[in-house]
Order: sequence, then structure tokens, then C-alpha cells
Amino acid sequence: MGLENVIAEALPEVLTTRLDSLINWARKSSLWPATFGLACCAIEMMNATTSRNDLARFGAEVFRASPRQADVMIVSGRVSRKMAPVLRRIYDQMPEPKWVISMGACATSGGVFDNYAIVQGVDKIVPVDVYIPGCPPRPEMLIHAVMMLQDKVMKESVRDRKDIPEEEAREAVVPGTLPVTDGSTARQNTLPESRPYTIASRHERRRSS
Amino acid sequence: MTSGPENTELPPEQTPSLEGTPSPLVTALQREHPEWTAQVIEAFGETTFVIPRDQIVAACSFLKSWPEGQFNFLADICGADRGVEEEPRFEVNYHLFSTTKFHRIRLKVVLNEEDTHVPTVTGVWRTANWHERETFDLFGVIFDGHPDLRRILLPDDWQGHALRKDFPLRGYEPYSLK
Amino acid sequence: MSSSVTIPPQFEVVDRPLDTQMTISMGPQHPSTHGVLRLELVLDGEMVVKTTPDIGYLHTGMEKLFEYKKYQQGIVITDRMDYLNPLGNNLAYVMAGEKLLGLEIPVRAQTIRVLMCELQRIASHLVWLGTHALDIGAMTVFFYCFREREKILNLIEAASGGRLTPSYFRIGGLMMDLPAGFENRCKQFLNDFPPALGEFHKLLTGNKIFQRRTQGIGLISAEDAIDWGLSGPCLRGSGVNLDIRRANPYSSYENYDFEVPTEPDGDVWSRYMVRMREMKESHKIAAQALSRLQPGPVKADAPKVVLPDRAAMKTHMDALIHHFLIVAEGFDVPAGEVYHPIEASKGELGVYIKSDGGPKPSRVHFRGPSFVNLSALPVMSEGEMVADVVAIIGSLDVVLGEIDR
Repeated sequence: MGLENVIAEALPEVLTTRLDSLINWARKSSLWPATFGLACCAIEMMNATTSRNDLARFGAEVFRASPRQADVMIVSGRVSRKMAPVLRRIYDQMPEPKWVISMGACATSGGVFDNYAIVQGVDKIVPVDVYIPGCPPRPEMLIHAVMMLQDKVMKESVRDRKDIPEEEAREAVVPGTLPVTDGSTARQNTLPESRPYTIASRHERRRSS
Repeated sequence: MTSGPENTELPPEQTPSLEGTPSPLVTALQREHPEWTAQVIEAFGETTFVIPRDQIVAACSFLKSWPEGQFNFLADICGADRGVEEEPRFEVNYHLFSTTKFHRIRLKVVLNEEDTHVPTVTGVWRTANWHERETFDLFGVIFDGHPDLRRILLPDDWQGHALRKDFPLRGYEPYSLK
Repeated sequence: MSSSVTIPPQFEVVDRPLDTQMTISMGPQHPSTHGVLRLELVLDGEMVVKTTPDIGYLHTGMEKLFEYKKYQQGIVITDRMDYLNPLGNNLAYVMAGEKLLGLEIPVRAQTIRVLMCELQRIASHLVWLGTHALDIGAMTVFFYCFREREKILNLIEAASGGRLTPSYFRIGGLMMDLPAGFENRCKQFLNDFPPALGEFHKLLTGNKIFQRRTQGIGLISAEDAIDWGLSGPCLRGSGVNLDIRRANPYSSYENYDFEVPTEPDGDVWSRYMVRMREMKESHKIAAQALSRLQPGPVKADAPKVVLPDRAAMKTHMDALIHHFLIVAEGFDVPAGEVYHPIEASKGELGVYIKSDGGPKPSRVHFRGPSFVNLSALPVMSEGEMVADVVAIIGSLDVVLGEIDR
């Protein structure tokens, strides 16, 4: 307060702010998504970028094809087991700082498809910042999620983002709930209890051979 | 019919009886090739022939070039698992279509569980390539003579065949990165 | 080479033939592959020697899921298959079920089905056009197409509640009748559409760059197309006059007056022109269907299969019992098997249902047209350049949800 007023009087053409605010404002206003459209939610993501619901107003100006140039990965669609390593690799190729939005029910938790082929939630592979429900979610919901992510980015601090060592990056870390004030809630050692995987179906027979 | 190891026909109690007269296509075909037109099912407006496995290629080539059939379009090859306890267990359905006469026909090959080999029809229609790969991938039916029989939908290192009735819906273990 | 370059002494000049062929992976994450498709391209410089599509990155096990769900629960899953043409998927599945049950669909339901399917066909072709043009480089067309598509999505949402996953049809008819004011809004859209289609033509059809990028690329002859099982606009772009709506008519399509556009050349440009003309024909069919709408029931007269109206359910005991039984236990479908093909926006979409006589099917198989169309990609792209492969994939109009199921 005092310092700002002194500088404002002495040098009126100088703006003062906190470093965190400046960096976070710059990051949140130009979140460039990586194209990771997988299935039907990708079409709604495309709808969110077109003229009726314009995502570019919020800073997501271009969808970068190369993950090396992207900030946020919007996982839109169901992730099959064959695609899961690819998803992880694309996430690893993104430079820090990076965020993940899990769009739709299939990316959040497997959705309608509770079967052998679909990973039940993309947070088993990458740490997710914002989850969007819906099948598919309306484009307005995606815009709301981007705005939520922008709020989350504003609350970050430069002190939190460090280079994550390799073994920690390999764990599927479940992120904490909003808001994140420092980096401590991003590390939880206990994963939530998952449903038992031995529900028998009508046609299951365990063969002895 | 005895249900021995070479059982490639439907048991008599599962063959529906024909009501009414068979269609002219069926009668013409039975006149031409009685050896594989013995079992025919006509229901819901569709014609199905159950063909012994070793004659499927001959039947397909004949139907493609027969002037009254002209089935030059293979619409689909579809496998099915009748059930774990059924004998024969698997069936492979070929859906044929004629782009000139617009009629359709289905050919069915039934297979036992121990011997799931079928000769390939990629020599007759090249589109059978991917359909047969899919049937192999999901059911484990092996197509002899196929140029490139490998998995197409499931990952290459997947164990098991997913659409069999004894494969559980949720698979055997949840996904983990390790 | 030329002697104007002096090579520093520490670099050694070797005369060695290079391996000219390189295998690259046009990987599952790619802006132009219309989904998670992986192509292994063997390249000789810029020219493609061999293409091998590698699919399965979106395999969802839908066919296995159908066996665990009752027939009416399966309709929801069909939406997610070809997610650009969900009403077409719904229609194919529902009509196969109706064939097994032997139901008679009322006229109003059939007319609304035709109307909604043709609107859906226009919407699907608009996405094709937008993404195809975007891959070739024309970004404006993408935004224009999606603007028109928003109008159609509004209509579908008004009728069924879902923009992209409507699940509007049921075995025996429709989910419910069209809302009030739908006909006026639909008429408004149908009036606005031909000028928009003219805009697309003005932007693309006369454009020399677009013509140079699409004419003579990705050729496939008519015999090869039939042998490889192509259907839909890919087949009609090679000169074969085959449309399931004419060949095996369903849902009263035989009463509508429309042309089947074909083009003789078999290249990317022909498929483009076929789809543009198809949009015009779909518009014609939709206008005819809209003008033929008469009041009437929208569900078949089969109380054990079709859900009763909610008003009847709340006041009549037998309707309540039927509703409960249908929802809780499902209806028994006679044993047998059917294969029902329809003309989806991408080609022949066939549904094979095998029933054991219970409330859940024993096997459901979808013959996805994109699956078969993609298998002809190696044939079409041999000898083309890498940039042309992008144009060819766009012209095939593949949707990975339908390929991988």
C-alpha cells in the first residue's frame, strides 16, 4: 500500500503488481489447448470454438497440433486402453506449466462404457485440474470449465511449480479440490477406493484349464 | 445328424421348418448346387444358408459369378458366439448383396470350439480382409490363407478374445500405467 | 555438386546412396486424421509407397455392451458410434429390432424419421465439409459450416433434448412427438439453407487451389470400389449408382422424390461434388417430409413393446403395468437374426442382431461404413504425396467411433 502510493506519485507511468498476479494473469489469458479430441466430445469442443460459442474470447485462440506448444490438454472423449499410453506420452511432451481438463463423462470416469476397453477415468493416467460432466457437455460447459481453470491458475504461486521428478510424474496423482493455494494438496498418497473388479456377469465362467 | 467332431451343421431341432414355399432364388440355387444348399432358413424376409466350412469359398465364388445372383458386394462378415455350452459354438455370417439386382443373402458357417478354422474369402472380395481380421480379433476364428491375420481393434498384446461369452465385460484387471 | 561451395577440410564428402524409403507414423494424435487414426506411411521422399492404417485407438467394446443391455437401453449406445450421424445409428438399430418384432410403424413416425434423418445427413455433411476444407487449408468454410450446423442442432435438441446424442427413435416409433413450433423453425431453416449452400459453392467449388488439390487425387475405379466394399458417397463418386434408399427402401423412402447424385471420376473432387449435391437432395427430401406431416400417433400399437404416453400411464392401470414391465424387465424379442442396412451419411450402415428370445440380444454387430471405406485407403493413396493423403482421408469421411466401435 505505501510503496504503491509512493511509486504512483513519483513515477505515474509505472504499474506495480505482484509477480504472481502478473504471471498468472499472463498464463490464464492465453491458455492454448492441444488438440486431443478423441470422440463425440471432440465435436462439441469444435462447436465451442466456432462462432456461436467462441472459446477464443477467453484466450484459447488456437488449438496447437503439437503438444510442445500447448498449455492445456482438453481430453475430450473416451480413452481406450490402446490410446492410454499415447495420452500419457502427449502429456509428458507438454512443457510446464500445463493443465488438463477432462471433458465429458467418459474422460472423467469411463462414462457409459464400464467395460474392458475403456480406461475408467483419465485421472488414472494424468493429473486432472477440471472435470466436466455431461455426455457430451454443452459447449457452454466447456467455456465454464476454461473459466474455472483460469480462476485456478490465478490462485497458483510461482513457488509451487517445480520440475517434477520422474517417479512422481509416473504416479497417477489425484489432484486436490479447488482452490489450490500451495502445492501441498497435489500430493496425496491414498487413492480413492475403487469398485471391486470381480463382479460376475451372466456369461462368465472361470475355466480351469 | 451326429454331433461328432466334424459337426458343421445345425442340429435338426434348431433348424426352423420352412413355412410356405421357398423363394425362387432358393429353389434355383438348390437346383444348381444341392451339396451346400441343404440347410436354408427363411425368416423375417431374409434367406440364410448354412454352409459347410470347406465349401464356403466355392459357394462365395459361385454366388458372385452366377447370373441370377450377381452377389458382387460383400456387405459384412460377422462372427457370433452362441454360448459357452453350445455345440457348435461359433458361427461366421457372410452378408452378401448384389449391386445390380439389389437382393441380399446370408451365408453361415458354424464351427466347433476346438476347431475354429475357416478358409478365407479375400480372394473373392478384397473387402473381406478387414472383416476377417476383426472376427479373428474378437472371437479367435482363424482364417486360413488370409494375407495378414493380426489384431485390428484390440491392442496387439491383448490376451484373449473380447467378444466371447466367457470373457468378462469389465475385463480382468483395471488399467494401470505400469 | 556445384563448385561454388568450399567445404571446410574437416568434413568428409562421401558418395553413398541413401536409403530412400522412410517409415513414419501419422500418429493417433494428429490434427487432420479426423479422430484417433494412425497411419504407417512408407515414404519415398514425399511420395507414399504404402499406407497401413492402424485402428483400434477408440475401441469401446460397444458390441459387447449391447449383450448386457436390454434393447431399449442399447439405443443410447448407438448414438456414440458414428457421432456425427447419431440419428442414423439409432434408426438402423431400431429398425432391426422392429424387423425382429414385426412391428408396423405409423405414418407420422415414418415421416418424422425421414425428416430427422435427412436433417442429420445435412449436419453430418456439414462437418465433413468443414473439416475437409480445414485440412486443405480453407478455414473460413469451417466456421460457416458450423454456423449452419448450429441451426440443425437447435432443431434436433428441440425435438429430442440432445444436440449430439439425441436417442430420439425407439423400437416402435419415436421417443415423443415433435414440440410445438418445430415445423415453423424447420421451415425457416430449410428456407435459409440453399443460400448457405450457395456460399459454400462460391467459396470452394470455383476455387482453383481447391480444384488443384482435389482433382485427380485418390483415384479408385468402380470395380475396385465394389470389390473393396465402398458404399455411400465414396462409391457414388466412382460412378456406381447405388443408394440403399433406392435399392432396399425403408421407412417410406420409396415415396419421396429425389435424385441419387453420382460422379464418374472416382477422385477426391468427385466425392466432394457428390456430397454437395447430396446436401441439396437431402434438403429436398426434408422439405417434402415437412410438407407431408399429418397429425397422428407416433408410436406403434404394441403395448408390450412401446412405452405408453405419460398421461395414460398416470391414469390407467394397465398402462402403468406395461410401463413398469417394459422399463424393468424389457420385452422378449423372438429368436432369430436380422441384418438391416440403411443409407447413413457415410454409406451402408448395417445392423446385425441375433436374438435368443430374451430381453437382451445375443449378438449385435454394426457394419460401419467408415470401417470398410478406410480399408480402401491404401489403394487410393498409393503414389500420392503426403499432403494428398490428408485430402483423401477427408474425402473418405471417416469417423473413428464407427470404425472402432
